[in-house]
Amino acid sequence: MAGQTITRADLCEAVYQKLGLSRAESSDLVEAVLREISDTLAKGETVKLSSFGSFVVRQKGERIGRNPKTGVEVPITPRRVLVFKPSNVMKARINGQIVDDED
Amino acid sequence: MIKSELVLKLSEMNPHLYQRDVEILVNAILDEITDALRRGDRVELRGFGTFSIKERDARQGRNPRTGEKVSVTGKVVPYFKSGKEMRDRLNPKAGAARKS
Repeated sequence: MAGQTITRADLCEAVYQKLGLSRAESSDLVEAVLREISDTLAKGETVKLSSFGSFVVRQKGERIGRNPKTGVEVPITPRRVLVFKPSNVMKARINGQIVDDED
Repeated sequence: MIKSELVLKLSEMNPHLYQRDVEILVNAILDEITDALRRGDRVELRGFGTFSIKERDARQGRNPRTGEKVSVTGKVVPYFKSGKEMRDRLNPKAGAARKS
């Protein structure tokens, strides 16, 4: 397997190829999409993207953790965490199966 | 929020684009991420998070209802880790107490 890292620049290139807008605008639009998703999640709202997956914000209660180096017990404060649940379509695609898009 | 609502919102913010083009935009981004993962690449989006894959070995499983043994094939599963900026936005003013 390759093991390269894809970044925003690659996403912008893909958008540029598909939509034929300027590179500057393609890059602004990629940013706008990510910002819109992040802003929604920051409000605690779930984002469901069909045939891709869902981003869900979970509330975690306080629990006792341990510093792995010293063994000292420390309380872990309650917090919100972001989890991604991949859709079945994405899981199948990543395993090289061909699937129909049902958007 | 679902994909169509995201498309609608972005269309309102970009009245010079056809809604159809905004749909192509969103799908192009998502497909690019999925394709990268299929190739075994990782996708790093600073401020948002990183997508990568984890390989699961084949294993001997059991049908939980019948207790029958079944073999489960090895597979690749997608994994997402939220970025620092995203975690900070979800937990504002937790600054003092947190250690990555």
